[in-house]
Amino acid sequence: MAARQAQGTSGQIDAIWRIESARVIATVARMVRDVGVAEDLAQDAIVVALQRWPSTGIPPNPGAWLTETAKHRAIDLMRRNATLQGKYEQIAHAIGVAGQAPDLEAELDDQIGDDLLSLVFTCCHPVLSMEARVALTLRMLGGLKTPEIARAFLLPDATVGQRISRAKRALATADVPFEVPSGPELQARLASVLEVVYLIFNEGYSATAGDDWMRPALTEEALRLGRILAGLAPDEPEVHGLVALMEIQASRQTARTGPEGEAILLASQDRRRWDRLLIRRGLAALERAESLGRPVGPYYLQAAIAACHAQAPTTEDTDWVRIAALYEALARVAGSPVVELNRAVAIGMAFGPELGLEAVDALDADGALDDYHLLPSVRGDLLARLGRLTEARQEFERAASMTHNNRERELLLGRAAQCAGAP
Amino acid sequence: MLFVYSGETGEGPTLERVEAMNRYNEELSKAGVLLALDGLHPPSTGTRLTFSGSGDRPTVTDGPFTEAKEFVGGYWVIQARSKEEAIELASRAPLGAGAIEVRQIAEGSDYPPEIEQAAKLSQDPPEQTFAE
Repeated sequence: MAARQAQGTSGQIDAIWRIESARVIATVARMVRDVGVAEDLAQDAIVVALQRWPSTGIPPNPGAWLTETAKHRAIDLMRRNATLQGKYEQIAHAIGVAGQAPDLEAELDDQIGDDLLSLVFTCCHPVLSMEARVALTLRMLGGLKTPEIARAFLLPDATVGQRISRAKRALATADVPFEVPSGPELQARLASVLEVVYLIFNEGYSATAGDDWMRPALTEEALRLGRILAGLAPDEPEVHGLVALMEIQASRQTARTGPEGEAILLASQDRRRWDRLLIRRGLAALERAESLGRPVGPYYLQAAIAACHAQAPTTEDTDWVRIAALYEALARVAGSPVVELNRAVAIGMAFGPELGLEAVDALDADGALDDYHLLPSVRGDLLARLGRLTEARQEFERAASMTHNNRERELLLGRAAQCAGAP
Repeated sequence: MLFVYSGETGEGPTLERVEAMNRYNEELSKAGVLLALDGLHPPSTGTRLTFSGSGDRPTVTDGPFTEAKEFVGGYWVIQARSKEEAIELASRAPLGAGAIEVRQIAEGSDYPPEIEQAAKLSQDPPEQTFAE
């Protein structure tokens, strides 16, 4: 006990908050039916903990302690409201919730799972702007503080603070029910949740070397959220698909930037630096998605493509035929010109540059990617492989004139010079 | 990385201990922080290689090792945001008696520049082929 007491520091209590806050907020939100109020009550509980724990020591089950404390505050609040407004059924509901037998552990586990899932769906509710969903999710589910979110998104604290309080008000005004959506609504709402998590991941993934550490840390936050979600909604193939995609992409984190922070493309990455543990986890998540035997969606397909690369020893020894097929499937469920361009690259690798060029030219004629430098870049690459070096050089130069990234421009001009210098 | 140390040598774990440990592992997994874990066979079945520093082949000794009091019994790899969080997660492990050591997995940027550079050199990518 003495050792435990010695740990009653604010750093330790901070860590407990990060681990427990989502569950505390979710449990209280079910009682008070308002996530904003629930978060305030959970905050009250941690304030009490910060006052008491340094002298009493951290209780054996700090999460249960925080939940109980927040629940008592919720009941007090509802009693006051009920007295004012005569809402007796609220008390009855609250007492019903608080009076649950604590020994029904499995049932409580289920309940906490439902509450957490309700919290996820509420934070990612479509009445909120995407920025608000992201901020609220990181705050309520990730246990991040407002300044941490602000640092990660390179925004002033006040902006994020306002965003969060506005989001809480918007949820209350719209009277968004605290529940897991069901029926046909479920898939659309789930798509919003996955989008929020993947957006958080990409914010972190696109961070550059000079950024504050809080920014790249977003990839870990997103992975953690994704894994939690996979535990809460294990029957949804796209949840596992998203987890797989994030695990495999994260496995390349250290290999995808050079010593000066420059981006290294997949084909040039040192595959020995890929994190095998994360790849293994990604492949396992893919298998879980497959084992559900339900139609797969865009996250699964992107993860399956990433898995092909992750398992290949070199660019040449990659299963490009499978990748081309997966891109075709992806084009059908979530088609976009960029997906088509990637499909063209895969076709070029799988079936030769002629067929790849054919696919790119179809896309070029379409015009949707007129401002996208990777189109001439890919075209240049295919032309170079066909030995049509004059045309290839023109394409690389066209691509170089279109990119806004200096390093990329250098790289493309280098390829153009190679074409000019070749016999 | 969390290493479990225990003084036990021969006896296997009880059913209750295994169940409690499973619940704990499940908790870590549900919290999205568990990356990997393994339990190890008892040290009596282990083998130790001792390197003398002379460049000779190491001496190979089979367990049990009577001179040591504590042994690594297993490990968890967790993804924690801070050392405090790792400590908090570790402190919840249902360990009868024993110890857990919390160690951070090293990444390149944790080392002095010259070591990091050497590590990078040894991992230089092979020659790239662009066009055929």
